[in-house]
Amino acid sequence: MTQDLYRQVILAHYRQPANRYKLDGANVAGYSHNPLCGDEISVYARIDSGRLTEASFEARGCSIVQASADMMADCVRGQTRADLDATITAFESMLEGPDEEPDVALGDLRLLREVRKFPVRIKCALLPWKTLRDALGKSNSQP
Amino acid sequence: MTQMSKNGFPVERIREDFPILKQLIHGRPLVYLDSAATSQKPQSVIDAVVRYYREENANIHRGIHYLSERATADYEAARRHIARFINAPDPRETIFVRGTTEAINLVAHSYGRRFIHADDEIVISAMEHHSNIVPWQLLCEQTGAKLRVIPITDDGELIVDAYAKLLNSRTRLVSVVHVSNVLGTINPVKRLVEMAHSMHIPVLLDGAQAVPHVPVDVQDLDCDFYAFSGHKLFGPTGIGLLYGKTAWLDQMPPFQGGGDMISTVSFERTTYNSLPYKFEAGTPNIAGTIGLGAAVDYFQGVGVEAAARHEHDLLDYATEVLAAIPGVRLLGNAPEKTGCVSFLVDGVHAHDVGTILDQHGVAIRAGHHCAMPLMERYGLAATARASFAFYNTLDEINVLAEAIDEVKEVFS
Repeated sequence: MTQDLYRQVILAHYRQPANRYKLDGANVAGYSHNPLCGDEISVYARIDSGRLTEASFEARGCSIVQASADMMADCVRGQTRADLDATITAFESMLEGPDEEPDVALGDLRLLREVRKFPVRIKCALLPWKTLRDALGKSNSQP
Repeated sequence: MTQMSKNGFPVERIREDFPILKQLIHGRPLVYLDSAATSQKPQSVIDAVVRYYREENANIHRGIHYLSERATADYEAARRHIARFINAPDPRETIFVRGTTEAINLVAHSYGRRFIHADDEIVISAMEHHSNIVPWQLLCEQTGAKLRVIPITDDGELIVDAYAKLLNSRTRLVSVVHVSNVLGTINPVKRLVEMAHSMHIPVLLDGAQAVPHVPVDVQDLDCDFYAFSGHKLFGPTGIGLLYGKTAWLDQMPPFQGGGDMISTVSFERTTYNSLPYKFEAGTPNIAGTIGLGAAVDYFQGVGVEAAARHEHDLLDYATEVLAAIPGVRLLGNAPEKTGCVSFLVDGVHAHDVGTILDQHGVAIRAGHHCAMPLMERYGLAATARASFAFYNTLDEINVLAEAIDEVKEVFS
């Protein structure tokens, strides 16, 4: 079962995250931490003319937090606000909703569906997404 | 397989007393190395709790019927027994609480309200659990008192010279941990108490991780308060003990108000009950207290000293085996240690270590262990911690080591 969780793709995103950096010129940014385990993450994004052009993150946490964040940054690039909402909802539902195939294309992120078998780790996979959702919400409410 | 420790400690026979240890986890024998979080319970403790509910459940200190008398007698017998276990001079100085956290909060509220004022100082250490930090921070916010922190060395020892310099005429209380839940360090608490007393400063010791591992004699330590939890001492959750010297307890106002803690109540004036009842408002955890009495009984039957020797072997062996694995680093190298090893696997977060170990049936703790300032001291977010009790075997440490090899393989 361990092998199901720690697939090579997930470990590759953990070891060599392409999107782990502070994004200069971000107009969406959020920070979260999990007080129970001490994991911390900052998520950055730039939205130009209603479309997310670049996303990145900085994190101190386990492989699942980091891989989830790195894959998230890949997945959401180029998405509109409506796409982003649908993607975040689909990812959350993949981990916490009924055990069904996601109806939005999530690519490699679907590998994280295995986290369902490790209930204490679900919050790790969700942390970057929750941070992005909160950050988008804050940027929405700004004039 | 029959296994004895090298001291002849009959660990396999003792394991028979713990029904939970017989089960398989993910198809493998449970290797429970998380006793510092909570210990497992022997059958005799489970039986004592069940027997109380089946045969004598009644409220205490107020009934005039048979069951109430019997429950009261058993509750008070447990108090006397537990008081003797830590060599408290008088059972009236032992107050039942929910656990170490509540015990420390009781002192913070009650001693704090009476004796701690603006610009006074409270001394704690850099290796405290959050339960011996936050109650004092809350008190400092309310009173304007200040928190002072004894630093530690890289090996995880208190710097006693720095402690000496922190003590002054404004110091109203020292509150330090007896045994660290992360580093396993046994602090030189008797000396710390002596140094504080030479300046007339009282001392509270957090004994949560000490009582399951080292013989505790509160008269020998001469501490003013001693706190511990039942569930780490092979007893039920939700019960713990605060020992306090009468001289202090008599001067302290009650912690919580309610039934049992009063002598007389009118709307004009309430007078309080005598010790220890002044500090035990409401119906207590009767079943938990009786269960804790049974746990102390069981532990004394095993032998506190014999258990400590066996655990010493476990700790030595675990230290040797883990230190020999390339890429594994141990945290906490104090010469006086007991109960646990904290470790790091290069390039692998402690939670990933914990998940993979769990698949091998090995239960450990991963995270900041409710000691975030200590983690900060070492520049870490988390460690993995294997913690021991007398029911663990040397073989289980081999299983731990094999599982760590698998961690390294997955992340290689």
